[in-house]
Amino acid sequence: MSMHIMSAYDEELKYLTRRISEMGGLAEQMVGESVRALVNSDLALAQKVISDDTILDEAERQIGEKAIITIAKRQPVAADLREIMGSIRIASDLERVGDLGKNNAKRVIAVAGSGIPRKLARGLEHLAELALVQLKEVLDVYASRSPEKANSIRERDEEIDAIYTSLFRELLTYMMEDPRNITPCTHLLFCAKNIERIGDHATNIAETIYYMATGAQPEGERPKDDNTSTLGAVKD
Amino acid sequence: MNIMSEAAVEKALDQKMNTVPYKMIGKDVSVYYGEKRALFDVNLNIRENTVTALIGPSGCGKSTFLRTLNRMNDTIENCRVTGKITLDEDDIYDPAIDVVELRARVGMVFQKPNPFPKSIFDNVAYGPRIHGLARTKAEFDEVVETSLHKAGLWNEVKDRLHEPGTGLSGGQQQRLCIARAVAVSPEVILMDEPCSALDPIATAKVEELIHELRTNFTIVIVTHSMQQAARVSQRTAMFHLGNLVEENDTDKMFTNPDDQRTQDYIMGRFG
Repeated sequence: MSMHIMSAYDEELKYLTRRISEMGGLAEQMVGESVRALVNSDLALAQKVISDDTILDEAERQIGEKAIITIAKRQPVAADLREIMGSIRIASDLERVGDLGKNNAKRVIAVAGSGIPRKLARGLEHLAELALVQLKEVLDVYASRSPEKANSIRERDEEIDAIYTSLFRELLTYMMEDPRNITPCTHLLFCAKNIERIGDHATNIAETIYYMATGAQPEGERPKDDNTSTLGAVKD
Repeated sequence: MNIMSEAAVEKALDQKMNTVPYKMIGKDVSVYYGEKRALFDVNLNIRENTVTALIGPSGCGKSTFLRTLNRMNDTIENCRVTGKITLDEDDIYDPAIDVVELRARVGMVFQKPNPFPKSIFDNVAYGPRIHGLARTKAEFDEVVETSLHKAGLWNEVKDRLHEPGTGLSGGQQQRLCIARAVAVSPEVILMDEPCSALDPIATAKVEELIHELRTNFTIVIVTHSMQQAARVSQRTAMFHLGNLVEENDTDKMFTNPDDQRTQDYIMGRFG
């Protein structure tokens, strides 16, 4: 896109883009580390994730403030306005991703030393890998602003949902086997849910990017394969 | 309390925009100043009871187009207009059309407030007098009062109707000019940058007025202020180098315009 007549305006928009990318990088790192801390019962790493979250919160506030100032000063329209509104939305999605990572990190203490079966931990790791790939790709799409790629990410959220559902089922089985598993498994269930939510936020971001690039909302319902809300229900 | 809020009513009105009938139709309108061509086959229709904003960089032809709508260009030497413009069903360039009567139907408000060097009362009464719309003193009193009410000026000037119109502030003078235009009950009001000489408060008052006048009149406004176009109009037309680039709902125009040139212009980017 061509440059603004006032170059300071371009600088302000570039600032938003740069800060979003930074937030994305940090959020990604936090999620990865929180899962590693969980799997390895690494309390120090968990503590680091918890304290990193304040950086992410602060970044979101700064992006919001800059966006407000830019709107007030420049009265942006069309693609510029979508760019700024999109930045606010993406920053808030990334801030939530950070919160979810932090929540996982907090559960490390409860889960540590309870001897979670390797298999469960691997399931959780796999789920996190998928969510991280989603997050990484969506941040790449943010840099390229390609509406086609944004759409393809949105369609892939289904995969995460499917794995989450199977993990949910597995955790239920462990709880039924031995009541002593209930505490750690409940925490793991929340962790899995958190990671699944991260995938949803990545999808939100993809939708926002699509809107920023085209000015239209992506068409059709978001594909879903999360069946956990009815899992275990007694059939007639 | 009505169930539908004012905003909802407005939205419903806006959504019906595509079904609003045309008040004026411009077909293949071209304008030449001597050898120089200023407008190239512009096809632009003006919807009834709608505010249509004409935007574009200086020299793009927006004022030229505005002036074709009540044949203001006739007053410019060696200006030639081709194509067809109709008001309702009447071809306004038909030789049989009385230009004075046309300009009573299609009134105009200019960039700089230009009240006559007469009293406030006489400024407003002038039009009805020359068009024979009022005869008795009571009739004149009434038309002056209603017009000043419509222009949102009555309360400010009712005690000094016989003082000179030029003694008012810039914003009041501009509203006096609007009252003068409204006094002859036109169908269409053309405004050529009506706020560019006014401060923000006076501008806001004129914009509020434009918003209210829309119920009774069809309004076409030329403005250099993108934000003003966004604030007051329902339809926006973008001109560039004598061509009509895009005409669209204002909401669409300022969020997601179809044409790259519109996009660059409203966002203040290099085209």
